[in-house]
Amino acid sequence: MISLAGRDIMHAWGKFVFTGVGLGLLIGVTLTMAGVYRGMVDDAKALLDNSGADLWVVQKDTLGPYAESSSLYDDTYRSLLSISGVARAANITYLTMQVREGGRDVRAMVVGVVSGGPGQPGQPSYLISGRQITRGHYEAVADIASGFNLGQSIQIRRNHYTVVGLTRRMVSSGGDPMVFIPLKDAQEAQFLKDNDAIVQQRRRTAENPAFNRPNVPGLLNQVIASQSTNTFVNAILVQIKPGFSAEEVAEPIRHWKRLQVYTRTQMESILVGKLIATSAKQIAMFLVILAVVSAAIVAFIIYTLTMGKIREIAVLKLIGTKNRTIAGMIMQQALGLGVIGFVVGKVAATFWAPIFPKYVLLVPGDAILGFLAVMLICVLASLLAIRAALKVDPAEAIGG
Amino acid sequence: MVNHLSELKQASKGIHIEGLRKRYGEGDTAVDALKDVNMIVAPGEVVGLVGPSGSGKSTLLKCLGAVIEPSAGRMILGDQVIYNNGWQIKDLRALRRDKIGFVFQAPYLIPFLDVTDNVALLPMLAGHPNAESRQRALALLEALDVAHRAKAMPSQLSGGEQQRVSIARALVNRPPVILADEPTAPLDSERALAVIRILNQMALQYQTAIIVVTHDEKIIPTFKRIYHIRDGKTHEEAGEGRAFE
Repeated sequence: MISLAGRDIMHAWGKFVFTGVGLGLLIGVTLTMAGVYRGMVDDAKALLDNSGADLWVVQKDTLGPYAESSSLYDDTYRSLLSISGVARAANITYLTMQVREGGRDVRAMVVGVVSGGPGQPGQPSYLISGRQITRGHYEAVADIASGFNLGQSIQIRRNHYTVVGLTRRMVSSGGDPMVFIPLKDAQEAQFLKDNDAIVQQRRRTAENPAFNRPNVPGLLNQVIASQSTNTFVNAILVQIKPGFSAEEVAEPIRHWKRLQVYTRTQMESILVGKLIATSAKQIAMFLVILAVVSAAIVAFIIYTLTMGKIREIAVLKLIGTKNRTIAGMIMQQALGLGVIGFVVGKVAATFWAPIFPKYVLLVPGDAILGFLAVMLICVLASLLAIRAALKVDPAEAIGG
Repeated sequence: MVNHLSELKQASKGIHIEGLRKRYGEGDTAVDALKDVNMIVAPGEVVGLVGPSGSGKSTLLKCLGAVIEPSAGRMILGDQVIYNNGWQIKDLRALRRDKIGFVFQAPYLIPFLDVTDNVALLPMLAGHPNAESRQRALALLEALDVAHRAKAMPSQLSGGEQQRVSIARALVNRPPVILADEPTAPLDSERALAVIRILNQMALQYQTAIIVVTHDEKIIPTFKRIYHIRDGKTHEEAGEGRAFE
């Protein structure tokens, strides 16, 4: 038996291909939306991977450092080093801000790290060019997504930094590129006020009789000095020794240091479950709407194509074609449209995904699921047309 | 091909209708579209079925074509009683496919199948292999002088060629009867007469009974026998049989 659906598609291939391309672009958008979600999750995981930490020690009762603000004294890490199972501990600060280069501003996550070689918690794990930060001030390593180049001078607050290294896939959970600078500079950047504010604060301190006592010389200068320095960091990244479990090391820190400690699994659930949960729901809503719209479009197209063949269907029924054959023809056409649409959508999504400003991750598993969903939608969408076709009276071919 | 044609001739045994009735609705609103229809069409014979609009021609054609169920009567197709105050056959779709050929006012060829497959589709639907079905189709197309357009699409054919292809489609499953509903309506006189000539040739060649429903004054004189249908009843009369004397 010949394939009636195949012959019909070949006969009107132009109509089918153009319709399939239209549907494919919609499927491409759907696949891209799924890719945006995957990209967000992957960004979050990349953030954790790139930190090189096994444990995140943050201010008690906070979800820091990525989901909430967290403040710890910058000498706390010393006491952590004495805890059994801790191999390395390093301070870190995170601050999302505008970084100026020439005449343009780039939104970036500025990360304050302790200078040191690769493997130190918080350091960029690998560079695609240049070197790590080796000096205590005014050097930066930037993610390539920031658009900065080696040797360029960038401005953070009032200080200028030279880009000495470039890295890749070092982004915040929001997709902003990271710029690594020395910890001291980052602490200052977090704290530093503008000149007017500093003058105002000094004036107010000087006018406070508790700090400006005539019989205690030097007190005012000490107070002002203490106000001008920042001794806080956002988190301490901890690497544990081989043979110790994360929970085994985390528990004494929670108990004795009265700090919040998160393991990798916990931090991942905070990032994925809390930080990007709303965005994920938003995207899920889009996916549902796009699926419904796709189904409606396929249903409409197949219904219209079927209604255009009512006379042929009546003739087919009159000459003895089984309902199963007619239903099969319509369903195969719907599936054919779905296959064309999916191929176009997949190709389109693959081509336009890199153009998106944020990372779009197209996972083969999503493509397989998407294909199955498209096929299911096509089957469901064809039911309306099949119902209409099966109701066609073969007597219509005779007329009268 | 010769074997196939002789096989076709042996297969057909005409149609016999007795006291066929068809009533639409019930009670006070009931309408008797067919009151007492009696017809016999022998194998190899072409008869005309004529009558004014609303006389019941289309209803009769639908009953004969097993598209609607008569209310009473008896129909014998070939050597098989298909209706005797109720359908005697369960699968009417298969009956239409295997025992009845249809030629319509417009050819109604399937636009996305080429000429060969339009004809071969019926045997394929009946479960015959594709190659055998196409061989059968080509034999008929040759007999109807349209084999040279075997690979053409219906839209590339002239009106006369399309009608010949639809006749081939009606014949391909070797049915005992062909029902032709105004087959010459869209054609000019010359082509209309050509179609009737072909129907007569095919009826003789394949021993098929052909009933031609028509209003067409120019072809009515070509029938040797004519059934007039008025008020749901048939009246037989001799025709002129002009073109084929």
